[in-house]
Amino acid sequence: MEGNPITHLAGIDYAIMAVYFAAVLGVGFALKRVMRTSTDFFLAGKTLPAWVTGLAFISANLGAQEVIGMGASGAKYGIATSHFYWIGAIPAMLFVGIFMMPFYYGSRARSVPEYLKLRFDEKTRTLNAASFAVMTIFSSGISMYAMGKLFNLLLGWSFNTSVLASAAIVLAYVTLGGLTSAIYNEVLQFFLIVFGFAPLVGLGLNSVGGWAGLTAKLNAAAVTNGLPEGSYTHAWRGMTHASTNPIGVEWFGLVMGLGFVLSFGYWCTDFLVVQRAMAADSMTAARRTPLIAAFPKMVFPFLVILPGMIALALTVGHGAGGMIPAKLAANGAPLVDAAGRTVLDFDLATPMMLVKLFPAGMLGLGLTALLASFMSGMAGNVTAFNTVWTYDIYQSHIKPGATDQHYLWMGRVATVGGILLSIAAAYVAGSFNNIMDLLQLVFAFVNAPLFATFFLGMFWKRSTGHGAFLGLLSGTIGAAVHHGLTLPIGATPGVKGGYFGLVHTYPSELAQTFWTAIVAWTTCFVVTIIVSLVTQPRPDAELTGLVYSLTEKPKDRDLPWIKRPTSLALIVIVLIVGLNLIFR
Amino acid sequence: MNAPEGLDIRAPIGGLFTLLGLMLAGYGLVGADRAASGTNINLWWGVVMVLFGLVMLFLSRRSMSAPREG
Repeated sequence: MEGNPITHLAGIDYAIMAVYFAAVLGVGFALKRVMRTSTDFFLAGKTLPAWVTGLAFISANLGAQEVIGMGASGAKYGIATSHFYWIGAIPAMLFVGIFMMPFYYGSRARSVPEYLKLRFDEKTRTLNAASFAVMTIFSSGISMYAMGKLFNLLLGWSFNTSVLASAAIVLAYVTLGGLTSAIYNEVLQFFLIVFGFAPLVGLGLNSVGGWAGLTAKLNAAAVTNGLPEGSYTHAWRGMTHASTNPIGVEWFGLVMGLGFVLSFGYWCTDFLVVQRAMAADSMTAARRTPLIAAFPKMVFPFLVILPGMIALALTVGHGAGGMIPAKLAANGAPLVDAAGRTVLDFDLATPMMLVKLFPAGMLGLGLTALLASFMSGMAGNVTAFNTVWTYDIYQSHIKPGATDQHYLWMGRVATVGGILLSIAAAYVAGSFNNIMDLLQLVFAFVNAPLFATFFLGMFWKRSTGHGAFLGLLSGTIGAAVHHGLTLPIGATPGVKGGYFGLVHTYPSELAQTFWTAIVAWTTCFVVTIIVSLVTQPRPDAELTGLVYSLTEKPKDRDLPWIKRPTSLALIVIVLIVGLNLIFR
Repeated sequence: MNAPEGLDIRAPIGGLFTLLGLMLAGYGLVGADRAASGTNINLWWGVVMVLFGLVMLFLSRRSMSAPREG
């Protein structure tokens, strides 16, 4: 990692970063005295108002990889990237708030794996807890690695310093103030990300001549890249067939794979986000958490995808002086694809926009926003990890029946351990790129079937622990088999698939990913049902509060209509249909 | 709406944004750095951030002085 950095910072930029670091540490110190029990530390004492947990819900998910990755996808796919939000997040967020939160918050569960223990059995919980714990460590390590590399490239900062310094700050504020501190800082980071990126969009739109200018430039870029005009500025055009849209997926694969399996699997079962809602001060607040989060989530495409689209408009037809630099081959020459077009380094779309459009001062704010997104993502992983480790692995397998003070101590130890393991993972990611690709593949196989298990667990009282456990295992195997028998077009057998032979070729990698998820979910769903039918169900009395048909429905008649979860969900649905119509 | 004990998050948010806004606006007034279009974005965005920070501070003060429910 040598070479000259792309830019240098002025004193004001460093001053802004320093003030931000002081603020997040200050929040941690201010909360230290409130952390008296393990419930304070792991569940924020269940005392937070819905707007706080709602913004944290969205912020914990908004890691640096999301900000950088969505900008990259904006430059690659255009406005169709918003499907990852409008199809791939909002419906699942509404579902978890309205239908699933009553079981997470209402049962005695302190974590998502613990719900599986209450509803099914210990083995299903341990399977989920162990895979989740490993996954959080690696995803925080991978994003730490990406961040260190980016700041090295942009500013010439040493990889070691940026990784260790940011890890130390997250470590300090989580160890001091536990989940409350992580959540409070996520709210602060949310506003910082909004205030850091909104002016980028404003200046960017200004420099391409507004929305009309952007559309005209992207139409020209679409034609240059061999796509129909309007491909980058219309989310639904050409979705009837995979070959006529930039994503390379047809609408069924998109809606079922992304919109149903992957999205519900993440938003409805991932403890990283669900933990935020479980920290709310009441059942209604817990249910409102994902619904409040849905409002900013809906408009985030304009904040994180638009910079990528603007960067593309400022690149195509600008020759070597374009916004997005070319990807370089090992010998330092720009890469060129089969059609003779330069291959762009899309991951640099958003960072280059920050560097080129912001003067000193604002640049400090923009980079601080990037650091904030990185820290909120990492703190999210770490707080989810320390809870699952302490409650679902340590308390249930290693040392049951200890005092609450002991588990509080263990939580702090797990925070330190989790961060050290993430740092180790970041260095592994730097040395063995293929191992990381492989791990992410395995996580995808483990995650894809999850929602089938939770769905059957919550809505079908006949489903059993053996059914859930075998369903999860066979869903994961189903995903691996499907992936091993297919390839995206142009790829060679290996980590991209095809290692069991080749029976089908997909038009794009995303199409393959979505269909792998669909196969995993369906396998898990069918196997869980079949095994449940031949095994002994638990008596109804044990399932009260855990299964829909045996639980009293939450009443919100006495709330003003604007505070009712169902009316919030209706408003979100109307807005989301409107957005899809505007950008169809 | 504030946490029962400890800290109302709106106070540190308000403080941070007011301070950052003042720093940016001050830099915009004395510094020569402009956006490519010539806009003094540091000054204008700094002012917006100060206003947001003050609103947050006001909200946290108001809820502190309001009598507790129950």
